[in-house]
Amino acid sequence: MSLTQTIAKRIGYGLLLLIGVLVLNFTLITIAPGDIADSIAGDMGGADATVLEEIRQRYGLNEPFHVQLWRYVSGVARLDLGFSYFYNTPVTTLILEKLPATLLLVFSSQILAIVLGTLLGVLAAKKPNGVVSLLVTFLSLFGFAAPVFWSGILLIIAFVSIFPLFPVGGMTDVTVEGGFFVHLLDLLHHLFLPMITLASIYLALYSRLARASMLEVLGADYIRTARAKGLPQRTVLYKHALKNALGPLVTVAGLQFSAVMSGAVVVETVFSWPGLGTLALQSILARDTPTIMGILFFSSFVVIVVNILTDVVLRMIDPRIKAN
Amino acid sequence: MAEPINKTISNDETINSIKVSHPLAEMASMFFRNYAAVAGLILLIAIICFVFIGPHLHPTDPFEMVWAPFSRPMEEGFVLGTDYLGRDMLAAMMVGGQVSMAIGLSAALISLLIGVTVGAFAGYYGGIVEEILMRFTEFFQVLPTLLFSMVIVALFGASLLTVTLAIGVVSWTAVARVTRSEFLRIRELEYVAAARSGSASDHYLIFKVILPNALPPIIVQANLMVGSAILFEAALSFLGLSDPNVMSWGQVIGSNRPYILDSGFTVALPGFAIFLTVLAISLIGDGLNDALNPKLRQR
Repeated sequence: MSLTQTIAKRIGYGLLLLIGVLVLNFTLITIAPGDIADSIAGDMGGADATVLEEIRQRYGLNEPFHVQLWRYVSGVARLDLGFSYFYNTPVTTLILEKLPATLLLVFSSQILAIVLGTLLGVLAAKKPNGVVSLLVTFLSLFGFAAPVFWSGILLIIAFVSIFPLFPVGGMTDVTVEGGFFVHLLDLLHHLFLPMITLASIYLALYSRLARASMLEVLGADYIRTARAKGLPQRTVLYKHALKNALGPLVTVAGLQFSAVMSGAVVVETVFSWPGLGTLALQSILARDTPTIMGILFFSSFVVIVVNILTDVVLRMIDPRIKAN
Repeated sequence: MAEPINKTISNDETINSIKVSHPLAEMASMFFRNYAAVAGLILLIAIICFVFIGPHLHPTDPFEMVWAPFSRPMEEGFVLGTDYLGRDMLAAMMVGGQVSMAIGLSAALISLLIGVTVGAFAGYYGGIVEEILMRFTEFFQVLPTLLFSMVIVALFGASLLTVTLAIGVVSWTAVARVTRSEFLRIRELEYVAAARSGSASDHYLIFKVILPNALPPIIVQANLMVGSAILFEAALSFLGLSDPNVMSWGQVIGSNRPYILDSGFTVALPGFAIFLTVLAISLIGDGLNDALNPKLRQR
């Protein structure tokens, strides 16, 4: 199957998954006790039956389930995720406003974790009983066991009371004045701690994986041939071995992406990073169902897109994956 | 050693001299030779004792205000100090641990139940059944787990039951995949064919023939799941999405979080307890993995 055909198939399948997500969300919200009218009435400080009925009429809550579902799904097809009564803004606008912050955090921490993890893994594989190898073992145990919000909070404590080098909350400093680069620097300054926190979990995973995968590749015949040809160690490791060892890493990075989005929710809350996670928590606490559904839908969408991209990258680095 | 090779095994004496230990005994001896795994086991037993026996030795109500807020550990007679409401931290750590462990264990059981069922049927029947079940699994992999369980808890109320169900329902996909791949491998083996030719029912083949042989990787996965369920519960209660009337390690962290700069220990201690518990569990998991994996077993 050619690459275009595969991608087309994956996209079609991704669309089906998205429709599934929509139907599931909608069903959950419909069968849950209480509805939007109750939440709005709660915000208004209580309402009698006539007012409740009026709200239900306005939001179309009295119509049969399939009519409401159809209206929602066809709305989403037109990129209309509904209207948030809590923020008084269309959900799509709300999400698009917060999305860049989350994507910045998620991608920067993933890139950091993958690059650093691969490097550590390669160094560890070079000497399986060396210091780096031990470090990778400890790191992978720590990364799995430490709750991400806990390491974030410890970092905050450390950077507020001991080394006040980095800001511990928010994304920008409103008092900063200057050109584009000054603002960029300010953003990176704020990004540092949340990025490190989110990356720490995955750094552990990737370094362990890179080590295992490198060790396996280094035992292959073609590596012995490369060494026998007299190639320098660096070329053997980083050019011949690493290219083949990257496959499992990319696969896992793609599979992990929905977990990374979950981790981002927690990290954003800890560092008051103004992204989708903070928005999700606020809308959940406010019972703002259109926004919650929109965020669930949108993050599933991002996960599906990343999974398709992972497939494409895998094929690019490993030409053996052609069939199937 | 060289001598018996040329001898044909003809008498009972020679056969008896070949020492075969029980597989479980062999597994146990593999496990106990792994120092990290033994350390994990001892650590876990110590935590379980602290959490379940501790409250009998230190019978203080963790919800009762006993002193001024934020008294530091070892000062004023409180071993682990007091929290933002002046409640005893030691009692909170003990009682909170019970809840964290109970939720971790039951959520892992729920996801084990779903995952093994889905994986077993997919791997055993193959074809259209497998296609549908694996698509179903993929669907749950796409949903961001924490967000989805946050939504479930928010919609159906933050009780112990909903929190446990929400964690169990989102974390079974890895078990399903492991179970399926084991079933795919084992169903082609000769002893399964033999049982099938003896007209064994599907039910018998799945649960009595294949499942017991597929268990080793599932056990390892289940063990890791208890750890991640504890982390999951902690994250949910940290975000304020847990039963406010039930104390758990995550809940202690969440409720003390606004005051971290006044008293970091109220957050650091329960976090450290979670860290140690999950660390112990994953060390045990690594040991089990080595002990249950016949490829690594040195004979």
